Amino acid sequence: MGPKGPRRLGHLVTAESADVERPGPNGSGRRRLPLAWLGVVPFFAYAFAFLLLPSAVVLIGAFQDGEGGYTTKNVSEVIHTHQYLNAYRTSIEISLVTAVAGGLLGLLMAYAVVRAGTPRWIRPTLTTFSGVAANFAGVPLAFAFIATLGTLGIVTKFLDEHLGFNPYQHGFSLFTFTGVCLVYLYFQIPLMILVIAPALDGLRVEWREASANLGGNDIHYWRHIGLPVLLPSIIGAVVLLFGNAFSAYATAYALTGGAVNLVPLIIGQNIGGDVLSNPHLSEALAFGMIVVIAVSMVLYALLQRRASRWMR
Amino acid sequence: MSVSSVVWLTLGTAYFVIPLVATLLFSLQSGKNFSYNLSAYGQVIHDHQFWKTLRLSFVLSVETIVISLVLLVPTAYWVHLKLPRLRPYIEFLTILPFVVPPIILVVGLLKLYNGTVHAPIWFLESPYTFLVSAYVVLSFPYVYRSLDAGFRAIDIHTLTEASQSLGAPWRTTLGRVILPNIRAAALGGAFLTLAIVMGEFTIASLALFSTFPTYINLVNSEKVYEAAALSLISFGITWAAMLGLLAVGGGPGRRRAAAGAAD
Repeated sequence: MGPKGPRRLGHLVTAESADVERPGPNGSGRRRLPLAWLGVVPFFAYAFAFLLLPSAVVLIGAFQDGEGGYTTKNVSEVIHTHQYLNAYRTSIEISLVTAVAGGLLGLLMAYAVVRAGTPRWIRPTLTTFSGVAANFAGVPLAFAFIATLGTLGIVTKFLDEHLGFNPYQHGFSLFTFTGVCLVYLYFQIPLMILVIAPALDGLRVEWREASANLGGNDIHYWRHIGLPVLLPSIIGAVVLLFGNAFSAYATAYALTGGAVNLVPLIIGQNIGGDVLSNPHLSEALAFGMIVVIAVSMVLYALLQRRASRWMR
Repeated sequence: MSVSSVVWLTLGTAYFVIPLVATLLFSLQSGKNFSYNLSAYGQVIHDHQFWKTLRLSFVLSVETIVISLVLLVPTAYWVHLKLPRLRPYIEFLTILPFVVPPIILVVGLLKLYNGTVHAPIWFLESPYTFLVSAYVVLSFPYVYRSLDAGFRAIDIHTLTEASQSLGAPWRTTLGRVILPNIRAAALGGAFLTLAIVMGEFTIASLALFSTFPTYINLVNSEKVYEAAALSLISFGITWAAMLGLLAVGGGPGRRRAAAGAAD
């Protein structure tokens, strides 16, 4: 409507001038006035100043040199530095592992709750708890796991003293790749439960009955009906979990300091640190993160659209 | 209940409950002989910094909620009523904070509003301006989605026309007709925002502010039992916010807005 608006107003200015002053009660039924746009200006102005502009500054900064000229040097430095490439690989691996494992476990738990025969009170309890746990990330979560499975953690000591098994003498450590995955699952599984439960509700009882009437067993039902219907939702949710883990900073920071080499941690070190050889490096690293997350979000949106066909 | 349901739910419950119980036991320990008492909690509540940072985080939450609602309620209303064509753009902008996570947002904000060229220095120096400007952005996905669901559920065209044909001005329509109808959605978004801001660490720590989460991190470097106690208190705050959400009828089972982004 943008380009047409002013011209239209030119023709109709006398007829609608009253509405320009104050939109009348039938405003929604009539032709929309250009002045209606004013109503959304505050939001767009805010989003521009504190979301779009900062993002643009990061994206542009990734391609700037110290004097403000344009260069691809920063990005190529990221690509050609072993440590940074490794950080991307580790970040992607942790996100993949926790997205797939969290997705699978979350799906199994959500299905256990929604299927017939499970007591009704379990579902609201689980979803409320999931709401808490999905939002309980960061420093407190890291410390809760250190108190549990750290070198002096309660469970570590229990295993050591009562079962004679100290996990730290058998290659386990909370402050490694495995440990970070274990902690991330604490918010990944609940997120999966929250996202996938509505899709599981979309599986109609009639479909299962129809399948049974035609002589299908459980395997037939899942192979030909359940899984094909659910698959876009499941993959979409896993992609969402991937982005969720990929952008997490606080949990890994509080858990490992910098012992596990992750992209957000390197960006954080560069902001606070004085070790910068290249001030635009964190922007180049951030640019890479935005690319990875944007790709996964687009994938998520496409899959969500496909999944929603079955949810109405 | 089938066997597999029992197995998965039991395993899941164990995984989620054990760290909480262990943290509780850990926080009750003290000293070298690991005797159990409440001294860590005593230390915490007598620490001046605890109350100071807790209060700061709470005030930041309230400020964020107010600004976010003042910004988004009229916008969501207006877009649903008059500019449905803008909806995809607003949806895109309100989901963008997931694509530009806090760690990247803070890089941009620190560079942009560093007190030299683009913004006065007081903006950077005060948590009430710098942090809140970022937290409002972080709240967009939760608050807007909650409001959007609220506006979809009511017939705002009929409500607006009814109100106006009775002679009500816009302010009355918005304040006394629309607002009461989306109160649950607004409160739902508010409680989610509360949970997020009370736990936000990334931006606060990198912009060098002392909020409640950065205080927990600081305590951990010298007093681990107190840090465990604080972690449990923080969990309690998130829990309270979610119960609030449930109480206003925006339970996470019904609304996907509760699906959080990890910090």
